[in-house]
Amino acid sequence: MDLSSINPLLLLASLMVASTPILLAALGELVVERAGVLNLGVEGMMITGAACGIIFSTLTGNAWLGFAGAALGGLMLSFLFAVLTQVLLSNQVATGLALTLFGLGLSALLGQSFADARPPAFPKLDIPILSDLPVLGPVLFRHDGMVYIGLLLVVAVWYFLSRTRAGLVLRAVGENHEAAHALGYRVVLIRFGAIMFGGACAGLGGAYISLVRVPQWTEGMTAGAGWIALAIVVFAGWKPLRLLLGAYLFGGVTVLQLNLQAAGLAIPVEYLSMSPYVATILVLVILAAGRAPGSLGKTFHASR
Amino acid sequence: MITLERRPQPSRAWSYLSPLLAVIVTMIVGGLVFAALGKPPVEAIRTIFWDPLFGDFASYFRPQLLVKAAPLILIAIGLSFGFRAGIWNIGAEGQYIMGALFGAGLALAFYPSEARWLVFPLMIVAGTLGGLIWAMIPGLLRVYFRTNEILVSLMLVYVADFLLDAMALGLLRNPDGMGFPGSRNLQQYPAAHNAELIANTGMHWGVIAAFFAVVAAYILLSRHIFGFNVRLAGQSPRAAAFAGVSADKMVLICLGLSGALAGMAGMFEVAGPSGQVLASFNVGYGFTAIIVAFLGRLHPVGILLAGFLMALTYIGGELAQMNLQLPRSAIQLFQGMLLFFLLAVDVMTNFRIRFGRQKVA
Amino acid sequence: MTRTLLALAGLTKAYPGVVANRDVSFEIQQGEVHALLGENGAGKSTLVKSIYGLVKPDSGVMHLNGQPFEPADPKAARAAGIAMVFQHFSLFDALNVAENVALGMENPPPLRDLAARIRDVSEQYGLPLDPSRIVGDLSAGERQRVEIIRCLLQDPKLLIMDEPTSVLTPQEVEILFETLRKLKAEGTAILYISHKLEEIRALCDTATILRLGEVVGDCVPSDVSAREMAEMMVGGTLHVPEREAGPEGDILLKLEGLSARSPQEFGTPLRDISVEVRAGQVLGIGGVAGNGQDELLLALSGEMPTAPQMVQFKGQPIGQVPPNARRGLGLCAAPEERLGHAAAPDMTLTENAALSGKTRKNLVKNGFVDWGGARDFASVIIDRFDVRTPGTENVARSLSGGNLQKFVIGREILQDPEVLVVNQPTWGVDASAAAAIRQAILDLAAKGAAVIVISQDLDELMEISDNFAALNEGRLSAPRPAKGLTIEEVGLMLGGAHDMEVAHVDA
Repeated sequence: MDLSSINPLLLLASLMVASTPILLAALGELVVERAGVLNLGVEGMMITGAACGIIFSTLTGNAWLGFAGAALGGLMLSFLFAVLTQVLLSNQVATGLALTLFGLGLSALLGQSFADARPPAFPKLDIPILSDLPVLGPVLFRHDGMVYIGLLLVVAVWYFLSRTRAGLVLRAVGENHEAAHALGYRVVLIRFGAIMFGGACAGLGGAYISLVRVPQWTEGMTAGAGWIALAIVVFAGWKPLRLLLGAYLFGGVTVLQLNLQAAGLAIPVEYLSMSPYVATILVLVILAAGRAPGSLGKTFHASR
Repeated sequence: MITLERRPQPSRAWSYLSPLLAVIVTMIVGGLVFAALGKPPVEAIRTIFWDPLFGDFASYFRPQLLVKAAPLILIAIGLSFGFRAGIWNIGAEGQYIMGALFGAGLALAFYPSEARWLVFPLMIVAGTLGGLIWAMIPGLLRVYFRTNEILVSLMLVYVADFLLDAMALGLLRNPDGMGFPGSRNLQQYPAAHNAELIANTGMHWGVIAAFFAVVAAYILLSRHIFGFNVRLAGQSPRAAAFAGVSADKMVLICLGLSGALAGMAGMFEVAGPSGQVLASFNVGYGFTAIIVAFLGRLHPVGILLAGFLMALTYIGGELAQMNLQLPRSAIQLFQGMLLFFLLAVDVMTNFRIRFGRQKVA
Repeated sequence: MTRTLLALAGLTKAYPGVVANRDVSFEIQQGEVHALLGENGAGKSTLVKSIYGLVKPDSGVMHLNGQPFEPADPKAARAAGIAMVFQHFSLFDALNVAENVALGMENPPPLRDLAARIRDVSEQYGLPLDPSRIVGDLSAGERQRVEIIRCLLQDPKLLIMDEPTSVLTPQEVEILFETLRKLKAEGTAILYISHKLEEIRALCDTATILRLGEVVGDCVPSDVSAREMAEMMVGGTLHVPEREAGPEGDILLKLEGLSARSPQEFGTPLRDISVEVRAGQVLGIGGVAGNGQDELLLALSGEMPTAPQMVQFKGQPIGQVPPNARRGLGLCAAPEERLGHAAAPDMTLTENAALSGKTRKNLVKNGFVDWGGARDFASVIIDRFDVRTPGTENVARSLSGGNLQKFVIGREILQDPEVLVVNQPTWGVDASAAAAIRQAILDLAAKGAAVIVISQDLDELMEISDNFAALNEGRLSAPRPAKGLTIEEVGLMLGGAHDMEVAHVDA
C-alpha cells in the first residue's frame, strides 16, 4: 500500500465533485420535506435524470442541454408522485418506493441504447486569478459549472426559506397544513411546486453522475445516492446550510475510500465500498436529528 | 369540477376491485409501452401472462412459477405485518442475502457432512437468524436512537450486497473452483441441498414454508391479539398506546419477523434453485416483494395471489425476452407501473369521486 | 345611528347526509357585538366559514356594506375587512409569533417592522406578547393573543371569534372582554360565537340563535334570562343530574409527588402533583387547556410510565405498570381525543370495544381474540348508552362526535372500574347526551368507584364534583370541597390572569 500516492489537494478537490450529486438531490428533497411531503423516490428520479442526461447530451452534443433534459425527466417523474399523493391521496411512503422501482425500470429502458455513448465533455471553468491561487485554486476554483450551481442553489434555497414570504408560506404548509388551509393558502398547489422542484434537482444530481462523475451510462449507476441524499436531509435537520456540511462529509468518505482502494490498502475492495453506506448509518445514529416539519408525510384532504 | 369525498366506511367492493383494475390498467399501458418499443403489444402481453401457464412449453414453466413465487410470498408476508403497523422495512433484499450467507456458510462449515437430519434444519435456523439479525439492526437503532428504519434498512442492502461479493470471492469461495468466484454448489451437496420434493413440480421446502406462512399470517391477523395490535398500531398509534401496545416492541417484532422470513427465503434459494453464493445471487426479490405486499393489499391471501402474478411477470418476462427480444428493463418498468396504478386506484377505497360543479349562489 | 355592515339572506349549505345551514338570514350592524348562539352541531362553524370564504354556500346571498359579497377564499374575505379567530388555533407551532402573524396578513411589512407593530398593538390592547417567541412554547391564552393581534393588525371591520373563551381563565375572559369592548367603541363589529350564556349576556348587544342549522330566534341578551336562551338553543327542557353523596370510602388512588416530562413536543410537564381519591368520590380537575391535562391522563392510564411510588392504587405502587395491567387491577381511563386516541377511527365498534375492554371483559384467550364476546360487549354499550349507529360493524369515524363519546365513556364505565379517569367527558356532546354521561359517572361513583373528571367546563365540574382542584402549568392545586366555591375563587385556583393586564382604554 502506498498512502503517499494520495494527494490531499486532489482529495479535497474531488470531494467537491463527489458530493455534488448528493448535494443537488438532497437540496431538492429538503424543500419537498419542508413543504410537508416525504418523497422516497429520490433514487428513482436521480437514476432517471442520469439516463435523460446521457440521452439529451448525446443527441444534442451539449452537456448543458443534457442537464436541462435531466431536470425535465426528474420533474416529470415527480409530477407523477405529486398527482398520486396530492390529488389521489396515496400513501407517501409507498408511492415514493413505487417511484424508485419505476424509475429504475424506466431508466434502464431509456438508457439501454446509450450504453456505449460517451457524453460530450463538460468543461471546467477556469476562473482567472482565483484558479491560480496556491492550494485554494485547485481545491475550490477549478471545477465545472454544476459544482458552483449546486453551491449557489444552497444559498438560494436558504435565502428563499428563511428570508422570503413565499418561503415562509412553504414552511407554514409543511408545519401545519390544516392551519395553512384555514388561512387560505393553496396547500396542494404549493406542494406540487415543491415536489417538482425536488424532482428537477434530483434529475440534475443524477445527470451529474452520468455526465461528469463516471461519465457514461450503466444501469443502476446511482447506487443508492438518492437514499444517502434522503439521509443527509435528516442529518442536516432540514437546514440548507447544514446540508452542505453533510454532503461534503459523505463526499469525503466516498473519495477517501476510492483513494484507499487505488492506493491498494490491504482490505478487500468490497469492504471499502461499503463505507459510505455504513458511514450514513453511523451519522444517523450519532447525530440527533433536528425537528421534522410538523405535517411531514401526512396526507392532506381539505374536507369541511 | 371533480371532487373527492371521504366515504363514511371504506368500500369493501373497491378493496377487492382495485388490485384487479390496477392489473388491467397496467396491461393496457404496458401494452402501449411495448408498442412504442416496436413490439406487438397483444402478443407481448400474451407471452407474459398466458404462455407460461398455457403455452406450448407450459409444463416447463409451471414449476418455475412455484420456485419464483415462494420467496416473493415468504418475504411479502413478513413485510405485510410491518407495513400494516407503519414500520417500513425496505431492506428485505439485504436480509434475504444475509439469510443466504448464513445458511450457506453453515452448510459449508459442515462440508462434507452426510448428516442431512442435522445440517439442513440447522441451515434453516441459521438462515432465519441471519435475516433476523440484519433486520434487528434498523430495529434496535430505531428503538434506542430514533433513527429512521427506512434509511437504515435500505443502506444495509448495499452493505449486504458488498458482503455477498466479498464472501463469493473470499471466505466462501470454492477451494476446488479453480479460482472462479462463487462457493461450492450446494445442489451437489446432498446434506444441504434444498431439492425438489416431487420431481418437476418446483415444490421445495421453501414453497412449503411460504404456504405455511400464508396460513399462519391469516390466523394471526384475523384471530390473534398480535394481528389486532399490528392493525391498531398502523391505523392509530395513540389508540394503540392506549390499548397497551408498546410501540418499541412492535418495531422489534415486525422488523424481526420480516427479517426472519426474508432470511429464510434467501437460505432456501441459495440451497436450492440458485445453489451457489455468487455476486449475482440476488435478483431483487426483496424489492419486488414490496410490490407483492401492496398488490395483495397486505392480506395473506392477496399476497399469495399477488406473489404468483409477479412470479408470472418474471417468467413471462424472460420468455418475452427470448421470443420477442423485449428488454428485461421493460419488465422492471412494468412491475413498477403496477404498483403505481394500484396506489392510484386505491383512492376509490376510501373516497368517492363526485362530478359536477358545486352550485354557488 | 348604526348602519348594517353584513347582511345574510337565505344561506343554505348541505353536506352529504346533513344540512348544516338552512335558509339562515340575519344582519350585523356596525360596531355591535353580535352573538351567534347554538349547541355543538347547530351549524355555527359552517356559517362563519361561509362568511370567511372557507365554505361556499349552496344558495343564499350576503351583502357587505350594501355590496354583494361572495368571498372565493379567506384572502378575499380578509381583503374585504373580515378577520377571524379560530376555535382550534390556526397557528404554526415551530414558527415564531411574528412569522405567524405575517402569515395571516395580505401584505405584511418586513418582519422587523412587523415585530415593532406587534409590540405596539399588544401594548395598546393589553395583550402582552413577545414577537420573537416560538408559538409552540406559548400557553393557550397567549396563543389566542397571537390570533387576535393577527386580526387587529388588519383593521378589520368585522371580527369573528369562534368560542374564544374556552381556553381562558375567568380573569382572562374579563380582560378579553375589555379588549372587545374597546374595539366595539372604535366601530368594529364583532360576531361572537359561543354556547356560554352568561358571557353572551355580559358582552353582546344582540343574539341570533341557531338550532339544527336554522335560525330559531333572536333576542337582546341583556333583556332575557339565561334559561330562556338555553331553552331556545336546546329546544326542550334539560335533565339535571341527581347527586347523591355517599359515605366516604377508602383511598383508592393516590398520587404522590407525581412529576414527569411530557412525551409530546411543546407539551406541559407534570410538576409534583399529590392528591387522593376515595371510593364513592368524584374529584373534578379544572384548568385551562394545555396545562397538563393530557399528560395527567397518560400518567394515570399507564401510557406514560412514571416512578413507581408516584401513582398508587390501593396502596400498591403502579407507576411502572402498563395500561392493560392497570385495567386488570381496576383502573380505567377515557382520554379526551375520541378519534385516534380513545378509539381507532377506521376500526369497527366491535374492534374498538375490544381495544380497551379486552382485559376486564376477558376477551382474549390464549392470545386469541374472542370476537363474538367483543361484539356482545359492543352491543351492550350501544344499548345502555343509547349510541345511535346502525350496528356494531360500523367504523368509529362514521359516528357523530357525541355518539362516539357516549360509546367511549360507556365502554369504560361498563367495565365496572374501581377507579375511573375521564378527560373532557362531554366535550362536543349535545346537552341531553352530556347530562346522560354525567349521570352515568355519578351512578358509578354511587356504586363505590372513585372518579376523576378532568374538564374545562367549570359548570360541569361544579355540578358533579365532591372536591375540586385546578391544574395550572402542570401543578395541581390542593383540592377543596366543590360546594360553596365562588367563580372568583375558582378563577384564582386556575391561575388567575397570568401576566395579562387590563386594556388601556384611553388609547
